[in-house]
This record gives sequence, structure tokens and C-alpha cells, in this order.
Amino acid sequence: MSTHNTEDMLKHIKIYIVIFFALAVLTVVTVWASYIHVSEWLHVTIAMSIASVKGGLVVAYFMHLISEKKLIYAVLILTAFFFIFMLIVTMTASETMGPLVPDFW
Amino acid sequence: MSAEIKYVTTPHPVTGVVNSKLGIWLFIATEVMLFGGLFSAYIILRVGSASWPKADEILNVPLATINTMVLIFSSVTMVMAWASLMLKSLKKFRLYMGLTILLACVFLVIKFFEYSGKFHHGYYPSTNNFFAVYFTLTGLHGLHILGGILVNAYFFIVAGREWKNRPKMFTNRIEGAGLYWHFVDLVWIFLFPAIYLV
Repeated sequence: MSTHNTEDMLKHIKIYIVIFFALAVLTVVTVWASYIHVSEWLHVTIAMSIASVKGGLVVAYFMHLISEKKLIYAVLILTAFFFIFMLIVTMTASETMGPLVPDFW
Repeated sequence: MSAEIKYVTTPHPVTGVVNSKLGIWLFIATEVMLFGGLFSAYIILRVGSASWPKADEILNVPLATINTMVLIFSSVTMVMAWASLMLKSLKKFRLYMGLTILLACVFLVIKFFEYSGKFHHGYYPSTNNFFAVYFTLTGLHGLHILGGILVNAYFFIVAGREWKNRPKMFTNRIEGAGLYWHFVDLVWIFLFPAIYLV
């Protein structure tokens, strides 16, 4: 980040403000989308899709991942692999197990 | 014999990044797995249960929405604190860092009201799996907010001295603290819909 000059930084600041408004609007959309009458799975899909877009914006611009070094990408690709692997194991296990207890609630 | 670890402010010739930044990213990688494990537990418990309550009828969605906005705003002030140092303005850094800490405290105060509402109604982590998941995930996230406040408050206090003596190192440290803070915001971005809305 040492190569930044003042002009670059001012450009970055403008982007940060745009991202802030995008995140705020997407938060409102998330809450609004939760009131639509669709199936539970579609609800989850819509909510998690919007969250992924918001998360992507945070990671790309606030965490500067859009212009990061290769090693950081390598670390994160490895992390994403293990994270997704864990979720896949969880989901396949949940499907085959069926209800664990008649009623959790 | 001195065991001091030297702080290097320039990118490492092999990795291409400053050591502290690589360290923070590796730490974030472990945090992804920590929260990932708890998310997996949530999925197992939810898919494995015959019925699950409608969260928005039990939890306070308006309060959580306000908290989401507060955290997003604090992420912007955090990145602005770092940008202020890049623009060599300690005064602006203090303003934005102060705002970040203040917003983080607002988040915790709102969380406090939310929790006390639940306790008041007799809802505890032991009540059922829904509340076990709710308290575990939001509680762990709340602890991360508290950790962020402590780190940021420390940097806020020592800013004058550090900026005068070691400006490059201080800027790197604020970037590292920022990466952590944005990650905590990122976790909330997923927690909010996953727990409160679906």
C-alpha cells in the first residue's frame, strides 16, 4: 500500500462511500425479501445470496482484496476449500440422517 | 540475550506482503473455520429438527437491522481511519477511530437490550436448540466486537506517540486492525439473515 499517493487515496475514499450506500440498500432489501411468501429453501437462498454480495463488497473494497498479493489469495483459496468442504459434509450428513429428535422446538 | 521480534514495515522479499498483514489474514482464516464450525452445527440442528420456530416472530428484527447498519457504518469509519493515516492526518484518524469505537459500543448496547429482553421473557441458551444457536453465535460475535473495541481503543490512546515515532508501523497496524474489524462485520452480514430472517 506504500505506492498510494494522495489522489489515489481520495479516489478510494469515494469508492468507500459508494460501497457504504450499496451495503445499506442491500440490508434493506434483505429485510424486505424476508417478508415475501416463498418456500423456506428459497428464503434461505435469497437471503444468503444477498449476504454473499454484501460480504463480497466488504472483502473486495474494505479489506482491499481486489488488489492484493498472490499469497493472500492462496491462503484464502485454501480457507474457502476447507470451509466449503465442511459445509458439504454437514449438508450431506443432515440429509441422510433425517430428524434427529422428533421436535427440537 | 534479547528475544525481541523486529517489526519490519516493508514487504517480505519472499511473500511480497508485510509480515503483520500475512499474520492477520492467517488469523482470519482460522476465524472463518471457527464460525464455519458453528454454522455447520446450526445447519445440522435445524435440518435435523422436525420443526423450527419462525425467528422473526421471536427475535427483534428492527433492533438487529439497526445493528447491521451500525456495524456497516463502523466498517466505513474504520477504513476512513486508515485512509486518514495514508493522507497523513492524525486529527482525522482520531475522529474516525473514535467514531468506530463509539459505533462498536452502540452495537453492544443494542445487543444488551436485545439479550435482556430475551432473559426477561425467560429465554435462555438452555431453553431450546433455537436459542442455543442464537446465543452461541451472536454471543461469540459479540465477544469479537468487544475484542475489536479493546484493540482499537489501545491504538486510539497511543496514536499520538506512535504516529510521531513510527508512522509506517502504526499505519500497518491500523490496516491489520481494520482487516479484523471488517471480518467481524462480514460475519454479522451472514449471521443477521441466517438467524433473524430465515
